[in-house]
Amino acid sequence: MTDQAYNFAYLDEQTKRMIRRAILKGVAVPGYQVPFASREMPMPYGWGTGGVQVTAACLTPEDVLKVIDQGADDTTNAVSIRKFFQRTAGVATTEATGEATLIQTRHRIPEAPLTEDQILVYQVPIPEPLRFLEPRETETRKMHSLEEYGLMHVKLYEDIARHGHIATAYAYPVKVEGRYVMDPSPIPRFDNPKLSDCPALQLFGAGREQRIYALPPYTQAVSLDFEDHPFEASKAPHDCDLCGASDSYLDEVITDDQGGRMFVCSDTDHCRCRREAGHVGRLGTPITEGVS
Amino acid sequence: MYVAVKGGERAIDNAHAWLAEERRGDPAVAELTTAQIREQLRLAVNRVMAEGSLYDLDLAALAIKQARGDLIEAVFLIRAYRTTLPRHGVSLPVETAQMAVTRRISATFKDAPGGQVLGPTFDYTHRLLDFTLEANGEAPVALRAPAMAAAVPHITSFLNRDGMIEEAPHDDTPPPDLTREPMELPASRATRLQAIARGDEGFILSMAYSTQRGYGRTHAFVGELRIGMVDVEMEVPELGFAICIGEIELTECETVNQFKGSRTEPPQFTRGYGLTFGQNERKSIAMSLVDRALRWKELGEDYTGAPAQDEEFVLMHADNVQATGFLEHIKLPHYVDFQSELELVRKLRAEVAASAMQEAAE
Repeated sequence: MTDQAYNFAYLDEQTKRMIRRAILKGVAVPGYQVPFASREMPMPYGWGTGGVQVTAACLTPEDVLKVIDQGADDTTNAVSIRKFFQRTAGVATTEATGEATLIQTRHRIPEAPLTEDQILVYQVPIPEPLRFLEPRETETRKMHSLEEYGLMHVKLYEDIARHGHIATAYAYPVKVEGRYVMDPSPIPRFDNPKLSDCPALQLFGAGREQRIYALPPYTQAVSLDFEDHPFEASKAPHDCDLCGASDSYLDEVITDDQGGRMFVCSDTDHCRCRREAGHVGRLGTPITEGVS
Repeated sequence: MYVAVKGGERAIDNAHAWLAEERRGDPAVAELTTAQIREQLRLAVNRVMAEGSLYDLDLAALAIKQARGDLIEAVFLIRAYRTTLPRHGVSLPVETAQMAVTRRISATFKDAPGGQVLGPTFDYTHRLLDFTLEANGEAPVALRAPAMAAAVPHITSFLNRDGMIEEAPHDDTPPPDLTREPMELPASRATRLQAIARGDEGFILSMAYSTQRGYGRTHAFVGELRIGMVDVEMEVPELGFAICIGEIELTECETVNQFKGSRTEPPQFTRGYGLTFGQNERKSIAMSLVDRALRWKELGEDYTGAPAQDEEFVLMHADNVQATGFLEHIKLPHYVDFQSELELVRKLRAEVAASAMQEAAE
């Protein structure tokens, strides 16, 4: 299976060492964006090269890998990245969140609680939470070092003044251990509470922007808000139409051209487990063993 | 009942098979060899080598074939291959003054030692489609002159003797390697030149063009443009001296720019520099204009807010492999983000509608 022309998990050991140093620094300074010499990977920038490099640097032959995109194991890019590691590292893969030792994700945190034995690797497009307020890297690095986050609070305040709400639906910024403001990658803000006090190690890789950052296990990551406008995790006000879950994040699927639509769990493994356990949603059918 | 689509894996495999078939095109037409690409599409090969940062004609030709002629995709293939190669060491700086020139022109002097050599150029050709090429004519043969006896000195070195042009500051600091270290800003001139040399030809061209049209005007003359082969030498520790490990074709452009002086510098001409793999005139000229525009700070010039003067803007957006990847990633699924936006917009709309109703009622 493994492609012998390349080193284990594609990257050479020197490069992995360089990435691991960046990861260790990130773990030592939670929420701080560590510059690293990102490599060209055999997939395009913006398609998960940061996450792939972090995963490559963390993988051991004993690991069990799960890759999700939008919460699903079967989305095309998740399939592509999973195949890449099957080919270059020959590691075991799984779709079951509980069985995985390393999970690479894009845009979601799995619904099932993670454990101390797991690493969650996020793919990050724009690691800088202040980027859309200040386009210059030289400026934003200064703002972080001076802990100058007033601009972000002004932005959130203006949202409330104009819309009555904080109008950030995903990539909702958090403050890590009372110090660095961090971009949690474009996860929906529904997932934000799962970032904090998580038993698993959370690593964030941005390949094109050449940054790695981390949330060590049990780190506090507080979503920015105001006393009179507390943070609110939100989702579609429905239950999953397949498994009936009322507490999972839902995808909206258009079913016909008459405005018909259904809501299904974005976390496909979570949905499958619930259906196998006998839960049936509005449009679901009971599932029998071995069929998914 | 509709069930969320499954089968990503099979779809990917099938799509790749279809792509391979499309790449080959009609099997009744003879397949293109990489040697044909290397010999007959040399300027495409040169561009892929320059932006791929790898001097290998055959690999570049292979990449162009595999990429179906999409040069940015070919650059990407070369980069992804290059990054897996070990770095054995660093060559000595190439001596472009020793270049065996095939083309060498100056726009600032009618004649100079070494002479003007037009070489193989599109300049002064009339851009009329040559339909005899369609008929696969015979290989044309050009007249030959004996090779030039001696090395051709740089034009700017003549100006330098009179102090009319700034000294090219001597600097023995080892240049950074952008493929091994993250870019740090503000960047040194060596870092900037490296980033521009790898940068997209179209982007660098447009940046340079903008300086000519008044966005950060730097009044450039092509002091010299030279193309030819240079030796690459490397010091081998076991031997204790430098040996030639091969030769490469380079295009070098030095621009001479009018400069009225600043608080710190006397009136004199200033330099812009461009260097690329292979014959690549447009890129190396554009590079030297952008280099000059980016030097405003060290020359004590004013920052006029022109895009080409803005180091962070130019350097962070010049790389086409990064740009195309990020641009095209919006094809990837974004259901989750879009769903959260849908919920937010619905909520905001519901509130607007509710308050409108209330106002109407009052």
